[in-house]
Amino acid sequence: MFDEEKINEIRKERERWENITLPKWMGQRLERKSEFRNHSDMLIKRIYTPEDIKDLDYMRDLGFPGEYPFTRGVHATMYRGRLWTMRQFSGYGTAQQTNQRFKYLLKEGETGLSIAFDYPTIMGYDSDHPMARGEVGICGVAVASLKDMEILLDGIPLDKVTTSMTINGPAAMLLAMYVAVGDKQSVPREKLGGTTQNDMLKEFFAQNLCIFPPKPSLKLVTDIIEYCTRHLPRWNPISISGYHIREAGANALQELAFTLYDGITYVESAMERGLNVDAFAPRLSFFFASHNNLFEEIAKFRAARRLWAKIMKERFHAKNPRSMWMRMHVQTSGCTLTAHQPLNNIIRVTIQALAAVLGGTQSLHTNSFDEALCLPTEEAVRVALRTQQIIAHESGAADTIDPLAGSYYIEYLTNEMEEQAMNYIQKIDNMGGAIAAIEKGFFQKEIADSAYKYQRETDEKKRIIVGVNDYKTEETHPIPILRVDPKVEKEQVAKLQKLRRERDNRKVNEVLEKLHYATEKDENLMPTIIEAVKSYATLGEICGVLRKVYGEYKELIVI
Amino acid sequence: MQSKRKIRILIAKPGLDSHDRGAKIVARALRDAGMEVIYTGLRQTPEQIVETALQEDVDVIGLSILSGAHKALFPRIMELVKQKGLTDVMVFAGGIIPEEDIPEMKKLGIKEIFGPGTPTETIVQFVFEHIPKRT
Repeated sequence: MFDEEKINEIRKERERWENITLPKWMGQRLERKSEFRNHSDMLIKRIYTPEDIKDLDYMRDLGFPGEYPFTRGVHATMYRGRLWTMRQFSGYGTAQQTNQRFKYLLKEGETGLSIAFDYPTIMGYDSDHPMARGEVGICGVAVASLKDMEILLDGIPLDKVTTSMTINGPAAMLLAMYVAVGDKQSVPREKLGGTTQNDMLKEFFAQNLCIFPPKPSLKLVTDIIEYCTRHLPRWNPISISGYHIREAGANALQELAFTLYDGITYVESAMERGLNVDAFAPRLSFFFASHNNLFEEIAKFRAARRLWAKIMKERFHAKNPRSMWMRMHVQTSGCTLTAHQPLNNIIRVTIQALAAVLGGTQSLHTNSFDEALCLPTEEAVRVALRTQQIIAHESGAADTIDPLAGSYYIEYLTNEMEEQAMNYIQKIDNMGGAIAAIEKGFFQKEIADSAYKYQRETDEKKRIIVGVNDYKTEETHPIPILRVDPKVEKEQVAKLQKLRRERDNRKVNEVLEKLHYATEKDENLMPTIIEAVKSYATLGEICGVLRKVYGEYKELIVI
Repeated sequence: MQSKRKIRILIAKPGLDSHDRGAKIVARALRDAGMEVIYTGLRQTPEQIVETALQEDVDVIGLSILSGAHKALFPRIMELVKQKGLTDVMVFAGGIIPEEDIPEMKKLGIKEIFGPGTPTETIVQFVFEHIPKRT
């Protein structure tokens, strides 16, 4: 963007400034730290100038929104056309309680649903399994059968509202239930819109919710991609997730690199299945975290888009520009929120949400200020939603596309993020890919080291967390806490047992038998799973069949 | 010789909760402080945790839970600790445990509960100060 002569002139002026102007000021006041670094451990310079982006080529590196390499956004109109989807992850207690929360959020202006399931559901256990004790409806909503899903989505028009489901191990089963409810509402399958997280790879090294070993897990992920490509054209079969990688302790750069690598692995797997890259790639979606370091996060989002576009074009030879789109959902960071002085979290969430918007996200969840204490109360979730609405309508951040493009700092950081992520990708390639890296404990070690480093820096006050290791107050400001009634578990178990008594058990057994056969034959399991959920076979029963054939994953412990 | 024995400590994750960032950080900090740390890994039943504590002959058990299932799981763990005669083992906990539950948890015999934002140094110090004397 700058000719050499101009750069030389700037360099000379910078040197003069550093030798003459700066020492006068430094003489009076030293800088706050001997060096400044961001979370990704990149050294942050005092000032950025055209020198730092002298090789930037506008058309090659930035271009225009809606066009390759999509650095400035995947849509040509971005938020001037349509705001991002405001999608609050929610779920607790019974299907009925969560259904009410959904309706409340839609009434308050939410524009998409996002279901949080409880741990037993996530692990493919029925609510009355011994491992489910004390966990039913606690961290999310309990869904053990199609019956629960029917109640959960009651009165919600599935042809109008899109739904995201945070579900991985049993993604096929929950998607099958969603499809079954859609069928009951007579919504044509091509109109069903939403997302299944269905990203198993990150489970093995970050979120740790694994049922089956890596290979059959990847097979199931690919089944869903294949099924959706053929039958559910508006469904995002996967949300390739960095969020959990980040929450587990990774820094922004690691989050970016590992997520993109997982993406590469899914593309390879779907292509090996015989799918044309341009048939499924437009429906791949991504999910990132947004932390407090505003510029680092914005650069991460922009670099992610550009790098993914290049990967799809150069590595996988995609032809359809949509295959090169990185559409993303962003959630503000749970692990940056504090139990101390919880109202401060509103400010943190605002900064993080702003980063996501300035980074060009398609969808956003803002965390509630009581995140470090409990599931959100109604008041807390409303403030979180209002935060998005204020950014959307009052801040002006949504009025022009990619407003920070051209900032020396932002462009420099975007380049750094991309280049360093690419180094990681090459390293993992050399290791033999994502599954090999998981089996070697590579990701796990990288994340554990970063998490420990972050904690040490906090403990040593090299990193200030307001209200936690500095600016502490003695007085506590208690806020209301949402608690799930322990009665929920009893009610849910009773409901499930009643279902098992009243359904056509002969039919259930037949279809489970058929599923067993299909699993052993390595068929695409989606059609049979849909049949199974429609017979009211429970989640635990269906996963039980797969557990028998695939075995269970045994955690590789890396501290 | 007995006094030279390193403090042996079990860091355990009861229930289905998969948040292990804190447990792993605490395990590493205790190890760096010179203790012998055994980490159970995720999704342990109360029975498995107490059995491991017995097998490994630990002095301390640290429980980590963020899922909200502590009210169902901690009483069972403490019951088993007593049943198996591990009464000289010190038990502490950490994670997301609401303030109002803490007295009830302490009444079960849990010595201390550390919430989010606790420096690792505080936990290390606590263990050194409250390590049960072996007879």
